[in-house]
Amino acid sequence: MSAAVAEAVAAPRRRSRAWAKLRRRPAALLGAALVLCFVALAALAPLLPIASPIATDWGAVRAAPSAAHPLGADELGRDILSRMIWGAQASLLAGVASVAIAVALGAPLGVLAGYRGGWTDAVISRFTEALLAVPFLILAIAFAAFLGPSLTNAMIAIGLSSMPFFIRIARAQTQSVMTEDYFESARAIGLGHGAIIARYVAPNILAPILVQATLTVATAIIAEASLSFLGLGQQPPSPSWGSMLNTAKNFLHQAPWMALWPGLAIFLVVLGFNLLGDGLRDALDPRET
Amino acid sequence: MLAFIARRLMIAAPTVVLISMLVFGLQKLLPGDPVLAMAGEDRDPAVLEALREQYRLNDPVAVQYATWIAGAAQGDLGVSLRTRQPVADLIAAKAPVTLQLAAMALGFALLIGVPMGVLSAVKQNTWADYLANAVALSGLSVPNFWLGIMLILLVSVNLGWLPASGYVSPSEDFARSMQTMLMPAFVLGTGLAATLMRHTRSAMLGVLRADYVRTARAKGLSERRVILKHALRNALVPVITVSALIFGELLGGAVLTEQIFTIPGFGKLVVDAVFTRDYAVVQGIVLCTAVAFILLNLAADVAQRALNPRLRDAP
Repeated sequence: MSAAVAEAVAAPRRRSRAWAKLRRRPAALLGAALVLCFVALAALAPLLPIASPIATDWGAVRAAPSAAHPLGADELGRDILSRMIWGAQASLLAGVASVAIAVALGAPLGVLAGYRGGWTDAVISRFTEALLAVPFLILAIAFAAFLGPSLTNAMIAIGLSSMPFFIRIARAQTQSVMTEDYFESARAIGLGHGAIIARYVAPNILAPILVQATLTVATAIIAEASLSFLGLGQQPPSPSWGSMLNTAKNFLHQAPWMALWPGLAIFLVVLGFNLLGDGLRDALDPRET
Repeated sequence: MLAFIARRLMIAAPTVVLISMLVFGLQKLLPGDPVLAMAGEDRDPAVLEALREQYRLNDPVAVQYATWIAGAAQGDLGVSLRTRQPVADLIAAKAPVTLQLAAMALGFALLIGVPMGVLSAVKQNTWADYLANAVALSGLSVPNFWLGIMLILLVSVNLGWLPASGYVSPSEDFARSMQTMLMPAFVLGTGLAATLMRHTRSAMLGVLRADYVRTARAKGLSERRVILKHALRNALVPVITVSALIFGELLGGAVLTEQIFTIPGFGKLVVDAVFTRDYAVVQGIVLCTAVAFILLNLAADVAQRALNPRLRDAP
């Protein structure tokens, strides 16, 4: 059996072992459950029997939690529960979309740098170092400032700022794959560069990219909330947890509940992604038993 | 050591040039004519042309970049569109405030993170370890601007112990300055304490399994002495590197903390610049933070080499 065939047989086995290891980690399962809860809430928002997130009610301005408004109402009498649920859509979408942008741009660049080496690697690596030299949030704010304030632009800004992490991982993993026997075998039998990358490099960089992506979604959700908090993300009246907190800080004396729930939601969903990411990292690490 | 520093500075130079190109390029990609923003209501073509000449906007982009970077290298980062003050002066005026906040936050992070990491490693797989890990994970997951709001609500609004906002320079009134900065520094330091805890734990676990620690125990030294003198001293080397890198991140985190506690620092300057489309200030801040981050990286490497004799002969 050639090394390439042996690798092809071993890969699914590794995946099922990783899944078994993940299932044995209660913290990771708790993380997955938290994430699933928020995803379900965000997806089912249009079907749930809740008030419109932008409907104002002047009789309920800054109303405390009650049967009519279980989490209270904001400064315009809008139902906080409804805004929280609809805000989950913006936060999760921003988290996932910005990471998708980062992976879509970063992973191919990293593979290219690792695979080609030489000048290509030098240019991409210096570019990555340049981006990494600017603190993540400052870079995201700078991109968002130049692109203009909106949720889409915040996602692009966070995606561009997260991209260097994926370039580094994909580059390192590609270089590691290139030292393996099955890679040499694939080259020896005359496979083209595209086929080698698709069949042998891509599947082997997938696991670390997946782990990093899960952890980066957590960072991206906080970054989106931060940008929205500063007024550079989701624009009013559309709800987002960050912009809800921005408004809430002006009413701490009168309506403290306005600040409590959005922050708690960010904390729980980020905790969920962090727990899941840590669990995935351990489960996919071959050194862990 | 000097040769090492010189080599690292030479490696850092292209990174700084690339950042400057990125920062300059972003502004050039913007739609609209910056001269119209500068001129305000005055749309007289002669005035607009004079402004274009004054700011050399009629030059080719490459020449504009060369002029800008040559000025930046001499500390001239341009002029703020909003205040008409030199950007370098604005940054220099705000930097001490943010540096004070970041230094105090780093102090909190070290005071919380290192002991927790040591405890967690020494008591590995006990309730103390699990608790420390849970606290660290929570610290990493909590958005610091929310933590800030909650602390204002509890400590300032309900208990009235500390001021909710404002800033007093330490040279003006040291005690009052510490009072106003205590809560913001704690908020900013929390997430970093979690990062430091994880690094300290990991480094301590590695060191506790080392032969010299086993030898120290075999010699009959007390456990306290083994941990503090033999293990922690060696485990702190990577923690110092992480602390230096974290200091760069603190500058980013300060943006939100300063916004919540109304501290007139670097972060507030960048947010105000973003909303007034004062791109010269944004450019200047990005460039300065990047250079600071690179210098901190270098300082960390130098400290690591000074502390670890085995690294001194490495290239």
